[in-house]
This record gives sequence, C-alpha cells and structure tokens, in this order.
Amino acid sequence: MAYALQQLVNGVTLGMIYGLIAVGYTMVYGIIGMINFAHGDVFMVGAYVAIIVLTALAGITSVPLGILVALLLSAALCGLYGFSIERVAYRPLRGSFRLAPLISAIGMSILLENYVQTSQGALERAIPAVIPGGITLMQQNGFVVQLSWMQMAIVVVTLVTLTIFTYIVTKTPLGRAMRAVEQDAKMAALLGIDTNRTISYTFIIGSALAAVAGVMFLLYYGVIDFYIGFNAGIKAFTAAVLGGIGSLPGAVLGGLLIGLIEAFWSGYATVAYKDVAVYSILAIVLMFMPTGLLGRHDVEKV
Amino acid sequence: MKHSIANFKDAAAVAFVALLLFGPFLGLELDDNNTGNLTLSTRPGLLAIAVGLTFVARLLALFWQDQFGKQERSTRFIKLSGQYGLFTAPLILAAAKVPFLAPAAKFMAALMTSGRFMAPLLLIVAVTMPFWPGLDESYVDLGVLIMTYVMLGWGLNIVVGLAGLLDLGYVAFYAVGAYTFALLSENYGFSFWECLPICGILAAAWGIFLGFPVLRLRGDYLAIVTLAFGEIIRLVITNWVAFTGGPNGIIGIPHPTLFGLKFSMLGGPGTFAGFFGITPDPSQRTDYLYYIILLLALLTNWVTLRLRRQPLGRAWEALREDEIACRSLGINLRNTKLTAFAIGAMFGGFAGCFFSTREGFIDPTSFTFIESATVLAIVVLGGAGSQLGVCFAAIVMIGVPALLQELAVYRMLIFGIALVTIMVVRPRGFISTRKPSVSLGKPKIIGADMVSEGRG
Repeated sequence: MAYALQQLVNGVTLGMIYGLIAVGYTMVYGIIGMINFAHGDVFMVGAYVAIIVLTALAGITSVPLGILVALLLSAALCGLYGFSIERVAYRPLRGSFRLAPLISAIGMSILLENYVQTSQGALERAIPAVIPGGITLMQQNGFVVQLSWMQMAIVVVTLVTLTIFTYIVTKTPLGRAMRAVEQDAKMAALLGIDTNRTISYTFIIGSALAAVAGVMFLLYYGVIDFYIGFNAGIKAFTAAVLGGIGSLPGAVLGGLLIGLIEAFWSGYATVAYKDVAVYSILAIVLMFMPTGLLGRHDVEKV
Repeated sequence: MKHSIANFKDAAAVAFVALLLFGPFLGLELDDNNTGNLTLSTRPGLLAIAVGLTFVARLLALFWQDQFGKQERSTRFIKLSGQYGLFTAPLILAAAKVPFLAPAAKFMAALMTSGRFMAPLLLIVAVTMPFWPGLDESYVDLGVLIMTYVMLGWGLNIVVGLAGLLDLGYVAFYAVGAYTFALLSENYGFSFWECLPICGILAAAWGIFLGFPVLRLRGDYLAIVTLAFGEIIRLVITNWVAFTGGPNGIIGIPHPTLFGLKFSMLGGPGTFAGFFGITPDPSQRTDYLYYIILLLALLTNWVTLRLRRQPLGRAWEALREDEIACRSLGINLRNTKLTAFAIGAMFGGFAGCFFSTREGFIDPTSFTFIESATVLAIVVLGGAGSQLGVCFAAIVMIGVPALLQELAVYRMLIFGIALVTIMVVRPRGFISTRKPSVSLGKPKIIGADMVSEGRG
C-alpha cells in the first residue's frame, strides 16, 4: 500500500511533465496537422536555458526568485525558438505534401540537439538539489512514503500553467482564433483571422509550455544533457496520441497515464522494460480505439 | 534607397532575434571544471560572429529578393532560408554561388527527371566502380554503405512511397535481419548465404505480425505505433542480455564466402586468393561485399518495378491515393497493407543480414530511431515513390557526411541543417515528377503534386 502510494506520487509528478510537453504536440497537430518532432528538443533547450540562468544567478538571488526568473526567461526564450522554428522550417512547407514538414521537423530536431551539444558540450550537466526536503505522507513496515517539496512544486506549477493556458484557449480572442483556425483554417482566414499570426502564437505558447516542463525536469532530476529531448519528446508524443491527438484534455490525461504506467511498471515489474510497457499499452489502446482515448472520430467523406 | 533602409531595418530585427536565440548558447558556456560546480564563461566573439553572419545573410537575401524578386522559383531558396538566422552558414555559401544556382538546379532537374539516361548511367558507374584505377579502397567501402541505404530506401519506398503507409520504425526489420543472422551463425554456425533467405522470411513475418495491429490506424497514429514498435524491438534487444548479448552486442559474425571460398588475408587452400592463385588483399573482400549489396539492392529495385505493374502494386498505389475509393472498388485493404509491410520488411531483413555480415559485429546502437529517420529522409528527399530519387538522396545524405569525417562533431549539425534546407527548397524531393505505372497509350509525366504520397 505504502509502496503503491509512493509510485502514485512519482507517477503523477512525471505525468505532469509529460502532460505539459504533450499539450504542445497536440496543439500544433490540431492547428496545422503536423507532428512537430522538434518539440522535445525545445523542451531540452528550455532545460538548458534554466540551468544557465540558475548558474548565473547562483548566490545572487534567493532560490524561489531564481527559479521564477529561470521559468520566465526559459519560457520567453523557448517561445522565441518555437516562433523561429516555425518560420524557418515549417511555414515554407505549409500546404505542401504531408511528409515534407515531418522530415523538416526531424531535421530541426537533429539540428537543435547538435547545436546544443556543440555549443554547450556533450557532457551531462548537474545542479545541486534546489529545493531539498519534503513531508512524510505515511509510514508502513519501515517503508516511508515521501512527498518532496519539489514534487509538490512541480504539480502546483503545472496546474497553474495549465490553468493559464486553458484560460487563454477558452476565454481570450486569441484562443478563439486558435480554435477557429483549428476547425477550418480557410474559413477562419475569410472571416478576418490572421492565420499566420495565430499559428505563430500556437507555436510560441506550446514551446513556452515545453520550456516550463524543461525547467521542472531540470529541478526534479538535477541532471540534463543534450539528448533528454528525444526520450521525453517521444513519450510526450505517445501521451498526446494516447489521449487522442488534437484534444487538449486528452494530452494531459495521456501524460498522466504514461507517467503512472512508467512509475508502476518500474516499481512492480522491471525498470528496463518500462518503455516497452508504455509503447505496448499505446499499441493496445490504439488497436481498440484508433483515435485515442478522447480523440474525435473523423467522419470520412469522399 | 528607401527600400534599402527598410531592408536594413529588417535585417537588424532578424539579427536581434538571432542575438536572443544564440545569446545563452553561443555567448555563454557552462563548464564544471571537473569539480561538480558549474561556472559560466562568456564567448562574446563567437556570439558576435554568429549574429553578424545572420545580419549579412539576411541583408543579402533581401537584396537578392529585390533584384530578382520576380523570378519566383529561383529566389525561393534564398527567400525562405534567409528568413531567420538559424542557417547562416549554408546561406552565405548559397549567396556566394547564387548566380550559378538557378541554371544548375534547372539542369540537374532536367537530368534527374530523364530516368531513361540517368538510371543506366548510374548502374554503369555502380557496377564498374571497384575497378576504377586509382580509386582508394575506402571509397568502395563508402559505396557499400551508400548502397546499403539505397537498398533500405528502396525497401521503405514500397511501404511509404507506393502504399502510402508512414512507417517510422523501419529499422526494426533491419534489426531483425541483422540479429537473425548473428544469432544463427553464433549458435548454429549458419553461413551468410544460408541465412539470407531466413532473415528475409523472418523479417517479413515480423512485418505481418506488427502490421496486424495497425491495420485500422491512419496517418499519424500509424506513424507513432510503428515508431513504438521500432523502439520496443530495440529495447528488447538491449535488455534481453542472455539472448542477444544486450548492449555488448554480438561479435565474430562470419563474413560471406564465395561458393565456400573464404576471404582471408592468410591465403592458402580454401580461400579466395589461394584458389585463384593471387595474392590476398583486403580489397577483394570489400569488392565482394560491394557486389553482394549491389545485387541485393538491384533485386529490391527489380521486384518493386515489376510489382508496380502488377495488380498488387497497382492496389498499393490506389491505396496511397485514396483509401476509401480503394475499398469501394473491392480491393482487400488488409491484404494490400500487409503485403506492403511484409515485402518492405523482407528487404529490410536482407539489408540487416548484409549489415551484420559486413560489420562482423552488431549492437543495439545501430538500430536507433535516427536510422529509421535517416532512411525515411532518404525516401522523402528522393521524392517519395521515385526509385532514382532514393539513389540521389542516399548519395547526398550518406556519402557527403561520410566524406566530412574531419568535421566530426559538426557532422550531425550539418546533416540537420541539410535536411531542413533541402526540404524547404524542394518539398517534393529531388525528383518531383511522376510517370504513371500503367497507362493507356504513351505515359505522360506529371508533377508530383498531382499524386498524394504518404497519406496514411
């Protein structure tokens, strides 16, 4: 029981990070129908910006302020990265044949990974635990269930970020424009919505969310390298598809599920095969629900 | 004049964005000095160079656009890749050569589309290559590598280019082939030629096995599940240490023999050199491997070209163009999809078998997602569905980086830049025209945008 509770805590924390990245995938997919393979690497760039900011601020400011600055700067800069990536690699290919943006995105992913590797070195970079300690939830047969402050911070920051994000999407003119473009880009353009600008904003917001996830990842694990984006990106993409790609609540749900599957599989079966478990469950779910858990069923028209 | 001021402002804005983008990564450097404590040092020079280059590149691009803006096609490259500063280096190169770019591209396009002349020429080059005087052995070795990717590309072309099923986990079948041969030879002493068909059959079986669950999936759902299968196979290979040797891989995989004659440096009876009475030379084995993969690749090509004219291949192409129409016409979608997966996988298995015999050593790092992505990139860059395009793309994407070995760490960076740039310049791939596989009367060549490759 205690062990299961600990896995639940770990799984939810991990799931929150995946969920944040998955939202970016699903948004981009919803609005322009492409898999943004470079999204995982934007997450990695976010983590790197944060480690640079935290290193620069170490000893100058208090820890919470440092984290806040890292979060804001990282989100802003990653937003700019997302914007530039879209302008350079995806916009010229919009409306072109379907595989072209995919290959361009894979190229962008390779480019970003190697850009960070060559500029910041291939070694792992580590920071000491920024928020140590935590509270003990439960004690059973000598097994202590820990809920660290860091995990709580991750859940809180994620929820706050997702709340802001949901507000933007559902309540603001920008959100309305985004939903309109998602439904029918041509019609939205005819009604006076600047689709290019809306798509740019989508990339900026998605990348900022990935950056927040990157900062959380850095603070949680304390160690990053230029390759973290690949694995996290694939998992988050899996989460987005599991939840039903194009569906925002689905992305968060998928992220949580993936996090929980990973945590419980690591806890009760083998750590080595946790990714195999994740991918197998994805395949099984899609076999029976071909558009994911919360995905829309597209009506096929001829 | 007014125009140039606007250009100047535009370039300055782009340079400012570049400054922000590059700032933390090129301007600052993390270092832990092996003490565990991170420190930051500044690199203003590098940052200034990067930002300056971006500025100049953007200015040149805008200038070019003003001068030759009317010629839409030729300026496309400059206009698009000049938009932001991430591609400064290739842009400078391109800007320097711009006057020659457009006619050269036109010439290349004309040359490439006329497969009638290009294909036999390439074939002659490929067949005679090991005999060119003065050619270093390492180039033949590079030829073997390129040919392996050509074969993989042709194999994947069946799935992606013909049947229009997006497969991101093609490397799984390559791994199945490679490990089948490695394990059979290690445990039961099978030789390459005995294993080759077994590898193909097993890979095809895996193709069908993995194809079944994804029959109902479309587009990106299909892509992620195939990617997941690729990862599952790699993870199982990595973690099942007792069976596959895990991360240590399998060593001592035998090299192929020519009718039982070994290619050994020692010479003597039973070896190739000893039988023919010539001095043993390492190049003999390289040449032999070269011809094996050439034959295998040509087999792939021949089978594909033949199948395209037959009901099965036409069903694939119909499936690619419109799944619903295809179903309405009574084509059995399940069989059509599964045969595409199986035949594509079979050639992947052959290539994997060849890979392990060539290397003599395999481990899971050879079968990562990046391999799948590379093969898919070759197919798409070549112009999905085009056999000749795959050759060009493989030469460009595999041959060129291999020649840039000295650049070491920058190699993959350049690979990434090249992928994006080529895609932006030629979204339809190198060969962007199509000839119908079957037609009434003389086939008419059409633009690739008339057909819809890769629709899941």
